[in-house]
Amino acid sequence: MTTARIDARFASLKAEGRAGFVAYVMAGDPTRDQALEILRGLPAAGADIIELGFPFSDPMAEGPPIQRAALRGLKAGLTLKGTLDLARAFRDGDADTPLILMGYLNPIESYGHEAFARDAAAAGVDGVIVVDCPPEEADPLTDALDAAEVSLIRLATPTSDDARLELIARRTSGFVYYVSVAGVTGVKEAQSASVAPAVERVRKASGLPVAVGFGVKTPERAAEIARVADAVVAGSVLVDEVAAALEAGTSPVTAVLARVQALGDAVRGARVTETV
Amino acid sequence: MNAIIPNQYAMPDVEGRFGPYGGRFVAETLMPLVLELNQAYEACKADPTFQAELDDYLTHYVGRPSPLYLAQRLTDHYEAANIWFKRDELNHTGAHKINNCMGQILLAMRMGKKRIIAETGAGQHGVATATVCARFGLQCVVYMGAADVQRQSPNVFRMKLLGAEVIPVTSGRGTLKDAMNEAMRDWVTNVEDTYYLIGTAAGPHPYPAMVRDFQSVIGRETRVQMLARREKLPDACVAAIGGGSNAIGLFHPFIEDAGVRLIGIEAAGRGLDGPDHAASLQGGRPGVLHGNRTYLLQDDDGQILEGHSISAGLDYPGIGPEHAWLKDLGRAEYRAATDAEALEAFQLCSKLEGIIPALEPSHALARIGEIAHEVGKGGDVVLNMCGRGDKDIFAVAQHLGVEL
Repeated sequence: MTTARIDARFASLKAEGRAGFVAYVMAGDPTRDQALEILRGLPAAGADIIELGFPFSDPMAEGPPIQRAALRGLKAGLTLKGTLDLARAFRDGDADTPLILMGYLNPIESYGHEAFARDAAAAGVDGVIVVDCPPEEADPLTDALDAAEVSLIRLATPTSDDARLELIARRTSGFVYYVSVAGVTGVKEAQSASVAPAVERVRKASGLPVAVGFGVKTPERAAEIARVADAVVAGSVLVDEVAAALEAGTSPVTAVLARVQALGDAVRGARVTETV
Repeated sequence: MNAIIPNQYAMPDVEGRFGPYGGRFVAETLMPLVLELNQAYEACKADPTFQAELDDYLTHYVGRPSPLYLAQRLTDHYEAANIWFKRDELNHTGAHKINNCMGQILLAMRMGKKRIIAETGAGQHGVATATVCARFGLQCVVYMGAADVQRQSPNVFRMKLLGAEVIPVTSGRGTLKDAMNEAMRDWVTNVEDTYYLIGTAAGPHPYPAMVRDFQSVIGRETRVQMLARREKLPDACVAAIGGGSNAIGLFHPFIEDAGVRLIGIEAAGRGLDGPDHAASLQGGRPGVLHGNRTYLLQDDDGQILEGHSISAGLDYPGIGPEHAWLKDLGRAEYRAATDAEALEAFQLCSKLEGIIPALEPSHALARIGEIAHEVGKGGDVVLNMCGRGDKDIFAVAQHLGVEL
C-alpha cells in the first residue's frame, strides 16, 4: 500500500526524535529534465518528503513565487500527465521518499478521477493535496484515491474551528498540512506563538502527524517550526531559487539543492538544543 | 422569502449545487467564510426589513423599476415579433450591476464588514461597487486586469472619483479571470474584515444563488410590466451572457413558464470555430474554476484558456453554474454573436432607437432579428438592455477606424 511510505517516514522521524523537512518544487520548473535532476537530488540534500506541484493556469491560493513557477512549468509543457511521468522517473531511483502531488482540481477533473488515481498510484505517488477541494466537495475524488490506495492529504488553517477540524480529519490519511497563515503562499509569516497550539489541536483532531507550511523562508524560521511540528514545509523560497538562478544564468539545480540543504540542516538541528 | 424567490423552482440544493454544477470549490481557509456568508444571506432573505430596505434603495437610489420599452423602429425594421427593451441601462451607474451591488452591500454591512473588494472586467461592476461603497462610507478595492484598465479607462477614472482603489492585475493575460484570481487572493489574506462582492452569478455557493436573487428584480418587473401592457407573458426573453448575471436575473422568474423561451447570447469573438471567443457553454466543457463547477474554456490538460471578446464584460472563460444546468436541461437556449455582429447591432440600435447600447447587450441585439422572426408577428420578445454604451464609444470608434 502506497500510503505506507508516508507512515514509515513519520515513524522513523519519530524514532530519530526530530521533525521532517518537506521540500516543495514545481514540475517542469524550469524544464522537465532540470526538475527531474532537482527531484533526484532532494533526498540527499535533506528533504524527508517531497511535494511536487503540478502546474495550473489559475493558482488562486498562491503568491507570486509559485504563480511564476507554475507559469514556467506550463511553458516547459508540463501537463498533469507529464507530472506523473516525472514522478515515475523519480520513483524508479528512490523507493522510500514519500512523494506528494500538490495542485488544483481542474487538471484532475479533466484527467478523470479514477484514471488519475490509478496512474498516480502506478507512478509511485503516495498522496495528493488539492487546494481547491474542501471536504464538502472531496468525496468523489477520495473514493477514487482510496481505491488506488493514495492518500488525500487535507489542509487545516487558522480559520478552522474544532467542528471543521473534525470534518477535515474524516477520510484523510498520511498527515495533515497546517497552513499557518490566512493568506497565499510565500508572503506572510505566521506568529510563532500561534503555531504550537494550532499544531496540537490538529494533531488531536486527526490523530495524524502535522506538517506546517506557508511563510517558511529562513533556516531560523524552519527551526522554530521544527520544534513544535512533525514536519516543516518550504516551497516559495525554493522555487524563487529557480527564478534567481535563471536570472543570474547559474544552475537552478545547484541553487535549489543548496537552499534545501540549509533548511533541512536547520530542521534536523532544531530539537538538539531543546532541553525538555 | 417569497419577495426574493417568487416561484417554486428550488435550485440550488443545500450544498449549492445545480445538478452537477455549482458547489464550493475554495481553499480551506475560505470555507468558514463562505459558510458564514451563506448563513448571513439566509438570515437576510428571511428578514422582511432587509428586503424593505433594499427595495427602498432600489426605488430612490438606483431608479427602479426600469421601463419596459417597445422598440418600435427596430420592430418595424425586422417586420416580425414586437421587440421590447428592459431598460436596465437607465439604472444609476448605467448597467444592471448595481442591483446586485446594492443587495450585497446591505448584507456586508449587516455582517459588520468594513472593507469591500471586487473584480471587474468592463468596469461596470467595479463602478457599481465603488458607488455603493461611497454611498455607505466603506473602503473599496477593485481588481481589474491591466488590459481592461487600458481599454476601459473612463470607468477606471469613475471608480477613482468614487474613492475606490483600482489595482491593475498583470498576471495571466490581464483580464477578468485574472482579476478574479487576485480578488480571491486578497480575500484569503484578509479574512477578518473583508467582504468579497462578486459581480456575476458565479463563484462558490451562495454567490450564484445570491447574485441571481438580487438580479431577479429584472425578470420580476418584466413579468408585471408585460402583463400590464399585453396581458400575457413574453414569448421569449433574450440576454447577453458573460458570467451570466443579467441573463439569469431576467430568466429566473420565467423558468417555470414553459411557454417563455429563454435565450442567452454568448460572445463568439472572432468565431466559434477558432480559439478567440468567450462562449464557454458552446465551446467549452465542464470543469472547476473560481469556486464552482461549470462549463469552462480549457485545453485538454484542464488549463484554463483566456476568453476573447470585443466586450471586456463578456470575455470570461466560465459561466454561472445555473446556466450550465439550464443548458443541460434544455430549459434555456444558448447562441452566440461575433465581435463584428455585435458592432453592427450596436450601430443599428443607436440609429433606429436613439439608444446607444453597451457592447454586452449588443451581442443580444445581434440575434434579436432572427429570434423575432422565429417568434413571428404579434409575438413579444424582451431583450435585456443591461448597460449603456457610453463606456464603449472609444473602443467602438477604434474598431470602426474613427479617430476621436
